[in-house]
Amino acid sequence: MRDFFIKLASLNRTVIYTIITIGVITPLVIPLNLKQKMSPPTERLYQYIDTLKPGSHILISTDYDPSTMPELQPMTVALIKHAVMRRVIPIVVSLFPQGVALSLDAAQKAKEELNARPDTDYVILGYKPGFSAVILGIGEDIRKIFPSNYSGIPIDSIPAMKNVKTYKDIALSISLSGSSTPLAWVTYAYTKYNEKLACGVTAVSAADFYPYLQTGQFIGALMGMKGAAEYEYQVNKLLKKRKLGAARSFFAIRGMEANSIAHLLIMLFIVIGNIGYFLMKKRREV
Amino acid sequence: MHISANPWVWIAAILTLGIFSFLYKDNPFFKATEHIFIGVGTGYGFVYTWNNGIWPNLLKPLFVNHHYLYIIPFILGLMYLAVVSPKISYFIRWPFAFLLGVGSGLSIPLSFRASLIEQIKYTILPYPHHIKTILFINALLILIGVVTVVLYFYFSVPHKGAMRPITRTGIIFLMVGFGASFGFTIMARFSLLVGRFEFLLGNWLGILPWLH
Repeated sequence: MRDFFIKLASLNRTVIYTIITIGVITPLVIPLNLKQKMSPPTERLYQYIDTLKPGSHILISTDYDPSTMPELQPMTVALIKHAVMRRVIPIVVSLFPQGVALSLDAAQKAKEELNARPDTDYVILGYKPGFSAVILGIGEDIRKIFPSNYSGIPIDSIPAMKNVKTYKDIALSISLSGSSTPLAWVTYAYTKYNEKLACGVTAVSAADFYPYLQTGQFIGALMGMKGAAEYEYQVNKLLKKRKLGAARSFFAIRGMEANSIAHLLIMLFIVIGNIGYFLMKKRREV
Repeated sequence: MHISANPWVWIAAILTLGIFSFLYKDNPFFKATEHIFIGVGTGYGFVYTWNNGIWPNLLKPLFVNHHYLYIIPFILGLMYLAVVSPKISYFIRWPFAFLLGVGSGLSIPLSFRASLIEQIKYTILPYPHHIKTILFINALLILIGVVTVVLYFYFSVPHKGAMRPITRTGIIFLMVGFGASFGFTIMARFSLLVGRFEFLLGNWLGILPWLH
């Protein structure tokens, strides 16, 4: 038994990679259909958007690039779909250049699957460099920062932007980011303009943002692929209820199923590795 | 199985496999893919910044609309380029000084409020509010955690006597924090791997029917 564990603990990494690969691929090919129960930060964000008056505006800032896409893109898609279904108008901006293409891709899904109309049901304003100046500028006049949308249409001729001037006209701003950008939103938009904020962040940076949830500086948050899967699951339920089942997406849900198996395997490896380590140590001492 | 006929999907798939090839060992295929990624990312970022920042916010107002006040940021911007020549590289201090001044002035008071005052306020405030609820335990844990961890980093007195159990408690809280961060990091890294597998198996090879 001891030899067996010692042998396991010194497994070649190629074997570990192979086991992990099989563990990740299997639930993608054969879905486990696990239920994604909403955690409190996700629920608070979902409920907030769900109870907004139709015609309200929310601002989604896609502050990420393709390197964090698997975690953050499903959040953007689910948030836009949810807002569109509730007749809340999402205004999408980006503080990262590559965020524009990703937000366009997410909005395209809402357009194709929910017949959402650009510039009426949602607005893509695009990218502006200098995040602190942009966040502060929206608090003064969004038109000065974004005189036109991403394709050059003047903001004054966009029907959905008719009554939007500053944060006072935006019920909630959500920063989706793989970096510390949500902190800039807290510093400039929440502290200076009392704007209601939420964030969607990658799991690696999630622990950094919990303190801001505790204080209420973020009304809710989506933490990594888990948060994305929870929100996606809830939006899917709403789509099914409205007989729009074909518009459901499973990117984060299935991803989280694969993640669950991978986590179990990692825990198993940690346990085996530790047992092997102590057994080897004991043998050396003898 | 419906393999994609889109050439862009094929390019993305081949480049993904190029990056994955590093798992075997460093190789020219990986290096080429890495360089393409950096080149494309930089080029894309430059063009977008030019079209959405430099041209509409600086060059157009200055040279097309003749708002001559913009000459100041224009010259400050040019000073950044002085870094290429050691003879005049000291010019870069001017825009840096300007940025540091404006940045500090803007962010220090607001950051102080956002990240310190509010945090301290809510470390203490939940205590009386939730005294009859289970949240009281959470509030108490946060309070004990903050105080013991802060004291752990207080090195002006030796961690002996009464300080020892306090700082030991601080270490336990730190370890729990590191453990949570480690767990989140594993999830983040696997999420990236899962994302690529979803692309390869779904968008490229077409064997994931739920992906549309």
